[in-house]
Amino acid sequence: MSEIIELSITDQQDAKRLDTSLQFLSFTLGQEEYGVDILRVQEIRSWEPVSRIPNVPAYEKGVVNLRGAIVPIIDLRERFQLGHSDYSPLTVVVVLQARMADKTRIIGVVVDSVSDVVDVNKKSIQSAPNFGAKVSTEFINGLVSVNGRMVMLLDVDKLLKLDGLDGEDES
Amino acid sequence: MSIDMAQFHQVFFEESFEGLDAMESGLLNLDLGDVNVEDINTIFRAAHSIKGGSGTFGFTAVSDFTHVMETLLDEMRDGRRKITQPAVDVLLGSVDCLRDMLQSIQNGSEVDQSDVAEHKLALDNELNNAVPSSPTGRHAPEASAPKSAAVLPAEEAEQIAGWVIAFSPHLHLLKTGNEPVRMFRELAALGQLTTTVDLQGVPDLDDLDPEECHLSWKLRVLGDIPEAEIDEIFDWVEDDCDLAKQPIYKTSTSSAQTQVSADIAIKPVTNIVPREISSEFASTSESESNAPERKSGKKEEVKAAPKGSSSIRVDTSKIDTLINMVGELVITQSMLSLLGEHFELNKLDQLKNGLSQLERHTRELQESVMNIRMLPISFVFSRFPRLAHDISSKLGKKIELKLVGEHTEVDKTVVELLSDPLVHLVRNSLDHGIEMPNVRLAAGKPETGTVTLEAYHRGGNIVIEVTDDGKGLDKDKLRAKAIEKGLIDPEAILSDKQTYELIFMPGFSTAEKLTDISGRGVGMDVVRRNIQALGGNIEILSELGKGSTISIHLPLTLAILDGQSIAVGDETYILPLGSIIESLHVKEDRLNRVAGKGETFLLRGQYLPIIRMHQIFNVPTAKTTKLTEGLIVVVEGQGLRCGLFVDDLLGQQQVVIKSLEANYRRIEGVSGATILGDGSVALILDIPGLVRLANQ
Repeated sequence: MSEIIELSITDQQDAKRLDTSLQFLSFTLGQEEYGVDILRVQEIRSWEPVSRIPNVPAYEKGVVNLRGAIVPIIDLRERFQLGHSDYSPLTVVVVLQARMADKTRIIGVVVDSVSDVVDVNKKSIQSAPNFGAKVSTEFINGLVSVNGRMVMLLDVDKLLKLDGLDGEDES
Repeated sequence: MSIDMAQFHQVFFEESFEGLDAMESGLLNLDLGDVNVEDINTIFRAAHSIKGGSGTFGFTAVSDFTHVMETLLDEMRDGRRKITQPAVDVLLGSVDCLRDMLQSIQNGSEVDQSDVAEHKLALDNELNNAVPSSPTGRHAPEASAPKSAAVLPAEEAEQIAGWVIAFSPHLHLLKTGNEPVRMFRELAALGQLTTTVDLQGVPDLDDLDPEECHLSWKLRVLGDIPEAEIDEIFDWVEDDCDLAKQPIYKTSTSSAQTQVSADIAIKPVTNIVPREISSEFASTSESESNAPERKSGKKEEVKAAPKGSSSIRVDTSKIDTLINMVGELVITQSMLSLLGEHFELNKLDQLKNGLSQLERHTRELQESVMNIRMLPISFVFSRFPRLAHDISSKLGKKIELKLVGEHTEVDKTVVELLSDPLVHLVRNSLDHGIEMPNVRLAAGKPETGTVTLEAYHRGGNIVIEVTDDGKGLDKDKLRAKAIEKGLIDPEAILSDKQTYELIFMPGFSTAEKLTDISGRGVGMDVVRRNIQALGGNIEILSELGKGSTISIHLPLTLAILDGQSIAVGDETYILPLGSIIESLHVKEDRLNRVAGKGETFLLRGQYLPIIRMHQIFNVPTAKTTKLTEGLIVVVEGQGLRCGLFVDDLLGQQQVVIKSLEANYRRIEGVSGATILGDGSVALILDIPGLVRLANQ
């Protein structure tokens, strides 16, 4: 819980709403539904061909030119091992901002479709259950129920850090 | 009226550092046998500007210190003091000290008082011991006044009873809209005023221009008036007159104490200043004048690198070009948009013309913007005369430093990062390269050694060479040393080039004795690393007994690169044009395999390894995997040659380098990315990285 409060404070959300609820952009990956903090979403684009980067994990699709900035594109489906789906012009890329060591990084994630913007009462967020080593839930901030569907709330910063995209050279 | 002076501090510091650089180079250029008055004037002006500026901003420590320097310089300027080598050395030391002071003030740290006091003492000693070359009347005894007061210049503790002001307007004073009478009226408001006018300068009626001011005055105003109030009255005419003011103290005896820094005598700058006034002022003490010097000091165009500041000084002409270019661009754009509004197919030619114009203007604009970032390499070179001077006097060597091509322009970033490696190289040449005078004579060489620093453009690179005619590198010694240090195998066969490159290995030093100048063996590997970090390389040529040449090749700019696009499958990559030696089709009989795996090909008697791009980058769509069907691009990086196997060459173009790391991470074999004409991203290849990848 403490993490979520911290998150919302840094986002400088509307003070009143900050007390009770958060807004998330929800999207689907296969059968699953995920959400990211709406304030981290820079824009939503359609899929366009990327320039492949050699010798990186398959889920890192490549880089695109986003108004002069070189932005990496990550396929979340493949990242979460949900299988591959073919890209069509209807495939959606959500451009997210992540904060790392006081720098803002921009990254695009490929998702199946964007569903909705949901208001979530903070109290209704449950912490993610621990599946041990079997299922990695480190980048899931919590679970929330929206109209009976379970939405997993993603921690963007953590996700990128786990992928080594925080700019620190691993080698 | 209160102005936040802090906003001008940065400008003051930059100007001061420039002034210091000007002083330093001026001092070094002084030919003691035949002193050029203009040189001294330049140095003096710089000192004066610093003094004036620091006074304005309230850095009294700096202005006090500069004042003493100025005094010494002024005597030299007037020919009252002979210019000697010790004096020049003391002045050089003071320049360093001043620079330290200014830097600590800039950084907000504590000024090293002991250092300042030491230099001040040295200056005072110099001031006091030297016999003025032509003692003028009462002036001589004053020059040897007690120095204690100068170490801590006494603030005007005495009660001021009034001021004597020598006011000699320049001819054009009236034309600037200033009216002396009005100023005198204000002076009179401060205290009892007596004026004496000097008519000596007034020409005959025939020659008289009624709009010119030929008069000068001696003003005596009585009363306890702060200096600032007097200054305020003359503030507007400061640049248009010769002004000197002198306090009158209540007790005549106490004035002797302040006479240490006494000797800024008023030199008649123009003939208008009547002789008796100038001599009277010369005989008294403490005077401030030299308004014209201050003015010309500002005008002085001295360029130097502002250290640690991120601002950049740009030649106005460069900005003008830029504005012209933008103007043209706007015209082209409006032409094109007009064309677009009512476009018909028969206007296609016009459209094409317009587009090619647009392309040309864009390219020109890009070039001129890049030009703004270009600085002459003299920003780096300018510090070396001093280095050579210091080292040669320290070691007792005779060294001449030649600078060639100082006006070669390089990108600002390169200039900044280049200075440390270069200092290292030059220091090495001075210390290890050039022999002692007697050794040189014995070897049949001129007694004076020469170190040449040369910069020039070659292709898209800038080449900087440090050449000395010293003893050169001893191959056998290098080899022995490397074996002794375990850096190479005793059996290893090394080419000359490889032997020389040993000195770039970490922990390698051949100097028999470590000196405090160089020789700890930490230098050269760092130098090479820094140069490589800039995307350049470094080479050594040497001949035993004749000297060595170290050349550095650097890309002109770090932001734009001349690139060659290559195709591998349906992917496009960019190779830095500078790293490409040639491209060729290779024939079957030239191909060989080493140990069944490593592929090589024979090129003019040399076996070069082949790196298959599609393999190391896992390109699934490669058109061909047969070496004879694709192209081999021979590239060089870090002295290593290899052949890159690619599908095709596409075209040459200038590309803007974008960082991959800004949003992503570093990728081995890739130095950056760029955006192609169609908006897609292409990766820029890094040859050494590719070699590493291929070796994995």
